[in-house]
Order: sequence, then structure tokens, then C-alpha cells
Amino acid sequence: MEAVTKLDVDAVRADFPILRRRIGDRQIAYLDSAATSQKPVQVVEAMRRFTEHSNANISRSVHTLGAEATEAYEGARARVAAFIGAPSADEVVFTKNSTEAINLLAYAFQNATLDPHADPRFRLAPGDEIVVTEMEHHANLIPWQQLALRTGATLKWIGITDHGRLDLEAIPEVITERTKIVSFTHVANLLGTVNPTSQITARAREVGALVGLDASQSVPHLPVNVAGLGVDFIAFTGHKMLGPTGIGVLWAKADLLDAMPPFLTGGSMIKTVTMEKTTFADAPAKFEAGTPPIAEAVGLAAAVDYLDGLGMENVRAHEKELAGYMLEKLETVDGLTIIGPRVPIGRSATVSFTFEGVHPHDVGQVLDSEAIAVRVGHHCAKPTCDRFGVNATTRASAYVYNTHEEIDRLVEALGKVRKVFG
Amino acid sequence: MNLDELYQEVILDHYKRPRGAGLREPYEGESHQVNPTCGDEITLRVHVDGDKVADVSYENVGCSISKASASVMYELVNGSTVDDALARLAEFTALMNSKGQAEGDEETLEDAVAFAGVSKYPMRVKCALLGWMAFKDALVRAEASIPGRTDA
Repeated sequence: MEAVTKLDVDAVRADFPILRRRIGDRQIAYLDSAATSQKPVQVVEAMRRFTEHSNANISRSVHTLGAEATEAYEGARARVAAFIGAPSADEVVFTKNSTEAINLLAYAFQNATLDPHADPRFRLAPGDEIVVTEMEHHANLIPWQQLALRTGATLKWIGITDHGRLDLEAIPEVITERTKIVSFTHVANLLGTVNPTSQITARAREVGALVGLDASQSVPHLPVNVAGLGVDFIAFTGHKMLGPTGIGVLWAKADLLDAMPPFLTGGSMIKTVTMEKTTFADAPAKFEAGTPPIAEAVGLAAAVDYLDGLGMENVRAHEKELAGYMLEKLETVDGLTIIGPRVPIGRSATVSFTFEGVHPHDVGQVLDSEAIAVRVGHHCAKPTCDRFGVNATTRASAYVYNTHEEIDRLVEALGKVRKVFG
Repeated sequence: MNLDELYQEVILDHYKRPRGAGLREPYEGESHQVNPTCGDEITLRVHVDGDKVADVSYENVGCSISKASASVMYELVNGSTVDDALARLAEFTALMNSKGQAEGDEETLEDAVAFAGVSKYPMRVKCALLGWMAFKDALVRAEASIPGRTDA
């Protein structure tokens, strides 16, 4: 049954020691990469080597270690920029995670709104509109909700169809002349929907709105090229793409970063400081106050190297195959309802479902007894749950190291769930 | 892991046939509790008559552990004195925090000792405690609304 993809899954798996872990007497089947991915030895080793050999603070010291650390950190920035097709490394801002990256952006609007001299593209007034979608992770909803509350702007959203797709027909009505920013998810973390971007970006351009993309679930899984996407900002996080926790990325066009007020202020983001006044460094330093996650940046660069080594087209093909297989197999389970698109087109290998009469917590518990790791709950997407009238779902998500056999185990274990709660 | 230890027959029975479910009048205190990690919810009412818990009524959505726990709690505290109910609350909370080290006293906790196994699963302890937390909160509200009983 193994598909013809160019990914050598056995070789990939050999790089992830955690996948050999046993829970009870079974080898783990890790189907929770949409929450966080596992890390290959190459990432762990790169971070260890840096810490043992070159650790120092960056951009401060003239000593050898300081220079090496600075070079490693800035090298990681360049590596990430190349990976997403950014025209310049200076357009890559390192943050703590996607959530912080999106907050950085939302606070740029808020801070600009408080400053009459700020760039008008970032200034909001009552009546202005912020647009998101109903399928956002809370990370790309709450910052905008709060921004609207604080500025008097109106939060609007594009709804979801019964098939788990964005209601694109509503675009002209939702995105209007009053819209200042549209921020939407590239790949929905609960539904697994891969959203087409062109209609939204085209409409946003027409009305002069900026466009942000929550790429947390796309950059790890698909080839993402910011130039090709035609958006103004993207946010993603290291730990979902084989990298460490504690590092995320905001990419933005250079002229926008120049226009944006800083979010966090303090050390290493300044040009000059007096007791009365500060002038800020140029981007990206302007947005990286304090000592950044240096070893984590090194780890992220190693993760990017690893993904590039596999080839993002191969990653995508592998996951498309797994998505198709998972959907087909899950459809055969009695009482199981898929929440999200039921066909492997415009879809990631993240599949949420409900199981008639059994709460997701109980499903997850029984699966754990079979050493199968899935996520249960509302997946930080309560409005999506509400849209489909469910409190929670069980979600299986696959990545580069997952196999057909693991999906077979998932389906088989669902039979056991039925036995316990039948 | 031993699934049977977690999903004891008595737990599954209370889950499938919850005792005392539904919201009723009269009541003096009501509490709504949510487990933000999984979205489980319970609305629970307490009716106090003198020193007695005269009725506990509830509506909930959630997993087998949280629903069964609310049902078992109903059986334990409904009709008991307020003091006894608070003692059961303390006992059950201690059992849940025992990390699998305690068995629980069947004399006092009755069916609730079946939850001893749950204490080994830190992710599920909150499920088992959700109803009890709602009871505690609703009782405080009920007592506050009754003159002379604000010390609870």
C-alpha cells in the first residue's frame, strides 16, 4: 500500500529517535504533529553543537564566541528567508512563536493608532474594519478581537461552508472599502482546509487593505513562497516544522516593517537612547527587544535544512497521500463523522472527527492505551467547533515521518473505542 | 496502561445512566464551570434546606469521566448534611490528588472510589473534579444567600 512518493519514510524515521519510544508494549504512533512536530537528531545536534561550542550573546561583543553566535543567528535568519522566498533576510523577524508574531502585528496597528504621525495604513478609527475568518486558531482571532475593542474598529469574518471551506462568495461583502487588514489562516488547524489565497488577496488589494497569513500549518507542510502568495505578512512557528519551541517568525515586506511601531521595547532594538527619548534600530532588530532565542534560531535553521533536504514538494506529496488514505479509512468507521473537507483536495493531512456517543477525551484515552497519540479538545478553535455544533473533536495529524501502517493502527484502535463505550 | 482500571464498570454505568441529571427548582446557588482545555461544561444548582443539601441538579456535556463523576457526586451529597457533603468533597479531592497512591474509603466515598484509577492520569483529574468544583462554588453561593450561613 505504500505510495510512490520521493520521500524515503524509513530513512526519515531513523532520524527521529522518539518514534522508537514504546508506550506500554506498543511502539508510539505519533499523529499529533499539528500540535507540535517531533525533532530530528540533526536539529538537536545543531543546537547542542552551538551551545557547547559557540554560545555567547549576539550583536554585543567583539570576542570570538560573540562573533560566531551573531553569525549563527543572522545565518539562521538568512536561511529562513531563503526557505520562504523572502527577498531579503531583513524581512524576517524572529519571535517566540506564531502567537507573538501575530500580536506583534496587531500591536503595530494599536500603537500606530495612538500616534498621529504614524503611517496611515496602520491607523484605525471607529468604522474601520478588520477581517478574519471563522476557521481561525485563537492566535489569529483574539489579537484582532482585542485590537477592535481597543480602537473601535469592527471585526468581521468570512464564514465556513458545510463542507469546511471558506465561504468565498461572501468576500466582496465582508472585505470592503473600510477594511484595513485581512488576516486569515493558510491551513486551518482543526479542519485541515488549505485555503486558496488569491481571491482574498485580490479583493484586499482592490480596497487597499493589508493582508496577513497565519502560515503556522502551511510552512511546515507545503512549499510557501511569500513573493508568489502576494500577501504582506506571514506568521509561523518553529516547533511545528521540526524545529525547537521558543522561536517563531513574522515575515513582512520591508517598507511595512519600516512603517510599523515596535511591539516590545528595550535592549538591542535601539539606535540612540537618552533619558528622554529613543530612536529605534532598523527592522528586524527594531522588533527583537532583549536577548533573542539564539540556540533556537540555530535549531530552526537546521530544521529548514532538513526540510529542504527532503524537498517541500515531496513533503506535500507524501502528506497528500496520507490525507487521502486517512480520509478513506476513517470513512469506513461506523459512527465516525469527519469535521472538515472529506476529500483530499485543498486539504492537509490533519483530520478532525467526532465519534458518535463517545467524547473525544475518551477516544484519546483509549487510543493512548494503544500508544497512538492524537489531539482531543477544541484545538484553540472554539468558533470552528461552534460552527459545526460540536464541543470538541479528535484530531489526527500526519507529517513526514508518518506511515500508512500507523493510520491502519488508528482505525483499528477506533474499533476498541467502540468496544469500551459501545 | 490498563484501560479497565480507568474505565471501571461503575464509571461506565454512571456515564450511561447519570443519576439526578437535569436542572431543577428551587435552588439558592448555581455555578457554571468549564474545563478550558477540552470544552467540557457543567451547570449545577444547589438547594439547601436547613443544614441539609436538599437537592443537587445539573446539566453537563463532557467525557465519561466528568459525566460519571457528577452522577456519583449527586448520589453522595444529595440529601446529606452540608458538613458531610463538604467532607466528601475534601476526601474526593484528596483522592484525585493522590497520583494513584490512595484507594479511597469505600465506607464514605462509595462508588466514588472507582475514580482512584483516574488519579494516575493527570490529564483526566480535572475532568473528575469539574462537577465537584461546581458543587463547591454553588454551595458557597447558596450559603451566602441564606442569612446566618455565610461562614461556609
